[in-house]
Amino acid sequence: MRDIHGLPAVNRVSLRQRARSYLRRPLSLLLFLLVGLAALLTAATLLFIIGYILVRGAPHITPSLFELTYNSVNVSLFPAVVTTVMMTLLSLLIAAPLGIFTAIYLVEYARRGNRLVGLVRITSETLSGIPSIVYGLFGMLFFVTALHWGFSLLSGACTLAIMILPLIMRTTEEALKSVPDSFREASFGLGAGRLRTVFKVVLPSAVPGILAGVILAIGRIVGETAALIYTAGTVAQIPGGKDALFLSGRTLAIHMYVLSSEGLHTNEAYATAVVLLVTVLLINTLSAVVARRLTKG
Amino acid sequence: MKDKFQIEGLDLFYGDFQALKNVELSLGERAITAFIGPSGCGKSTLLKSLNRMNDLVEGCRITGRVLLDGEDVYGDMDVNLLRRRVGMVFQKPNPFPMSVYDNIAYGPRTHGVRSRARLDGIVEKSLRDAAIWEEVKDRLKKPALGLSGGQQQRLCIARALAVEPEVLLMDEPTSALDPISTSKIEDLVLELKKNYTIIIVTHNMQQATRISDETAFFLLGEVVEFGATEDLFSMPKDKRTEDYITGRFG
Repeated sequence: MRDIHGLPAVNRVSLRQRARSYLRRPLSLLLFLLVGLAALLTAATLLFIIGYILVRGAPHITPSLFELTYNSVNVSLFPAVVTTVMMTLLSLLIAAPLGIFTAIYLVEYARRGNRLVGLVRITSETLSGIPSIVYGLFGMLFFVTALHWGFSLLSGACTLAIMILPLIMRTTEEALKSVPDSFREASFGLGAGRLRTVFKVVLPSAVPGILAGVILAIGRIVGETAALIYTAGTVAQIPGGKDALFLSGRTLAIHMYVLSSEGLHTNEAYATAVVLLVTVLLINTLSAVVARRLTKG
Repeated sequence: MKDKFQIEGLDLFYGDFQALKNVELSLGERAITAFIGPSGCGKSTLLKSLNRMNDLVEGCRITGRVLLDGEDVYGDMDVNLLRRRVGMVFQKPNPFPMSVYDNIAYGPRTHGVRSRARLDGIVEKSLRDAAIWEEVKDRLKKPALGLSGGQQQRLCIARALAVEPEVLLMDEPTSALDPISTSKIEDLVLELKKNYTIIIVTHNMQQATRISDETAFFLLGEVVEFGATEDLFSMPKDKRTEDYITGRFG
């Protein structure tokens, strides 16, 4: 192996030594090959998908795709980008406070053996196991029809909010539980009440975990189609004006779905996929940066 | 010597398990009282009953009275106010994941101090009183978790002092520290005795003899013997105390 200051590093196992030891134990060799292969395959699949999308989509990204309004000639995805951002923010605005506060109640306030805690747990587990198309159907029957909100941003966001609620709640719960009890003891020991302890000591320590949950939730919102087709509709426009919440809009994922199902704009669908990929990547990086900022202070 | 705490007929249960049995103690003001005894004898439990930290333990039931300056802490005294008067230092240093300054200022801010100048003053005084000012004065804005274990523990003492308590409860404050940090904390505790009532739980009998005025020996949830530290260690009245301090068990 490599020499350091002219001396051979004795703690390095040379390739030949390793090969010899594996030859002596063929089962170890087999296992080593198996796990190595699995890791390689996983990485290769991911890289292949990303590469494939880039190769198929990137050449078709043209300025006309980013024109302000959509028509069947330019097949602009810009309205979909704006709708995606609006939909994400709106859903999080509803689900994040609800999920985070529920988790705070469960971890910090509820006593063990509380009936409500059991109920909330069962509900959240059930909710997270339901396929998204069922949420879509419920959203259509309840928000769209019964509440007369029509195919709209609001109907879509409310449906998505219900969908991501368990996710945000569970990750927040785990994040809160991982905050050492010694922090809480210290705070109570100084005469701080529960409210102050939770908001000044526990929550700041739990922010990275909570944010991880929110990022997962964003991923689900951005990638969701089934639940949105029946609730937010597929009109390619930027919902604007004072009725914006009650206008239909299509997110990037739906835009892709519509383009590829029509079969007329497959190339543009791939280009949209590239944009979607980049968007998700940007969101993840941004949240990571925010998390680091928040935990530093 | 005036009594700061009077404990009368205190029984404490964790579920069905009785952790303290009919404890009767009077703890002197501006003195250091040590609680000694083998693990699980209830000494930490009793300590935590004095500022009601046991309230946080699920299934904990207490009967009897704990009087602080004659007022029952389990009566209608405000818990947060009680904990302000009776501060606590824990076994493992537990600074908040904040800056040194914010750690110290947390208590005063909790009790409504907002003025920057006043906070600055409190932070400096507390750190000086805890004999750590010289070591941290240039890194007040740095994270407290970057300090060494001994420094963190003195920081926690400073944090407790910042709310101007009357009593300081210390739960084996040096058990996680090296000998040099331990002796620094012992010196500090002796210094603090001038202004504070200190009750310290310790596994280290030398420590009890070095710093405490009075010592209570606990066994299986009962106070076996209580008296001046010197007497208790030189001529214990109870056979069990003698066995324990001479190292025959525990």
